[in-house]
Amino acid sequence: MAYSEKVIDHYQNPKNVGTLDKAKKNVGTGLVGAPECGDVMRLQIEVDDATGMITDAKFKTFGCGSAIASSSLATEWLKGKSVDDALKIDNMDIVEELNLPPVKIHCSVLAEDAIKAAINDYRVKNGLEEIKFEESVVH
Amino acid sequence: MLKLPIYLDNNATTPMDPRVLETMTPFFLEHFGNAASRNHPFGWEAEEAVDYAREQVAKLINADPKEIIFTSGATEGDNLAIKGVFEMYASKGNHIITATTEHKAVLDTCKHIEKSGGEVTYLQVKKDGLIDLKELEAAIKPTTILIAIMYANNEIGTVMPIKEISTIARKHGVLLFTDGTQAVGKIPVDVNKDGIDLMAFSAHKMYGPKGVGALYVRRKNPRVKVTAQMDGGGHERGMRSGTLNVPGIVGFGKACELCMLDMEEDTKRISILRDKLETELMKLEEAYINGSTEHRLPHVTNISFKHVEGEGLLMGFNKNIALSSGSACTSASLEPSYVLKALGLGDDLAHSSLRFGLGRFTTEEQIDYTIKAISETVLKLREMSPLWEMYKEGIDLSTIEWAAH
Repeated sequence: MAYSEKVIDHYQNPKNVGTLDKAKKNVGTGLVGAPECGDVMRLQIEVDDATGMITDAKFKTFGCGSAIASSSLATEWLKGKSVDDALKIDNMDIVEELNLPPVKIHCSVLAEDAIKAAINDYRVKNGLEEIKFEESVVH
Repeated sequence: MLKLPIYLDNNATTPMDPRVLETMTPFFLEHFGNAASRNHPFGWEAEEAVDYAREQVAKLINADPKEIIFTSGATEGDNLAIKGVFEMYASKGNHIITATTEHKAVLDTCKHIEKSGGEVTYLQVKKDGLIDLKELEAAIKPTTILIAIMYANNEIGTVMPIKEISTIARKHGVLLFTDGTQAVGKIPVDVNKDGIDLMAFSAHKMYGPKGVGALYVRRKNPRVKVTAQMDGGGHERGMRSGTLNVPGIVGFGKACELCMLDMEEDTKRISILRDKLETELMKLEEAYINGSTEHRLPHVTNISFKHVEGEGLLMGFNKNIALSSGSACTSASLEPSYVLKALGLGDDLAHSSLRFGLGRFTTEEQIDYTIKAISETVLKLREMSPLWEMYKEGIDLSTIEWAAH
């Protein structure tokens, strides 16, 4: 399968690979996927408590090039967004930006799930209620 | 100078040997006749060329030329052998024994047989990819007519104990069919010493052209017959109708002759390169060889690099190195290789595998480049892998509850 140039670029020069201190109260961690399925994403956000803005985002992904690119792109988009705006990131935006073929849409779904999981982790740590999301359709 | 890309997917197909092409060319142009045309020189030339090729093919596997049925390839051979025996021996029984690691051309044909009223036993393989001979013998019933076990596996290169299998088959009066696609031309295959009754193989896996193959059908002790699966002019002793692919067959013959001549030297040289590749890659942490290393084709290795996903790994170098992976990360099939899973590998390791198929034209320079490129990519992706980080922190990944996906 031929990958789009954007996927190749993110794969070769991934943005924001790394680990934030998950013990910190203002860091939210989302770990989604499963090794059996061939992809696992861990996405982390660091939030400025005063402003509610995401100041840093990091990822590590086990998966194909599209999964790596989806998570790399997600971290780029998260940085500088408010937590509320981050919730609006839709997997189809990722599909569009990276020109993912239909067989790789699940990679973008995983990235969206990772964002939501990270935000919920942050919310729970800070005494906020967990947001219930509808089950993702494409899995 | 190293020329890129490097081809290391010789289990999928091999490049044609230029010496093969040379013998084929005249049969496209001046000697274009139909081998079945009995009344003029064009037909006579074509028939003579086909006869010669039949001898070359037969010689490679120590068969009689009359036992060679030309086909379009091994998939057709697999179909003709299994369906042909099932129909021809219907009065004797309807039970076939095969293994879970067979090629899809065998497994799907067996599924077809089941739909047509046949019964199929699928033997599990051991961790090393070999079948258990005791289990095989225990699976034989009075209604068993055929054992279909491949000579060597296309994904892991494991070589089955065909001689021992045929001894069991003979003892119980059951026919033995083997898919010899990966083995013929690469290691010595002797239908008489091995006790094979039917064997399918293909030209393009042994430096010959695509679209041509053969089915060996034993004529003596016992005399084996198959029901034709294609109706028509009654070519190939009535077992496979259709105008013969004369240039393809000529090339196939030459390819067999070359394999016979070069086998010893090729094997020696290629296995040294394979061993070097394997030894160097196994220096990476958490790398595992899949399948038996003792009973294995000399040019194949299949290695899993834990905590790195195969398709992602391939992407790191597949512009420059042609390889295949046991991982298929598509929404249509999240399932990794069924062969690796049959060995008892966890899905994580199956997703992390690469298959290397070296060949006659593989050079040491190419292997050196490959070792470096793959080692670097594995290390880079592990730095990016959450599983690797957890592993390094001493977290047991099997204790984590992964979200259903």
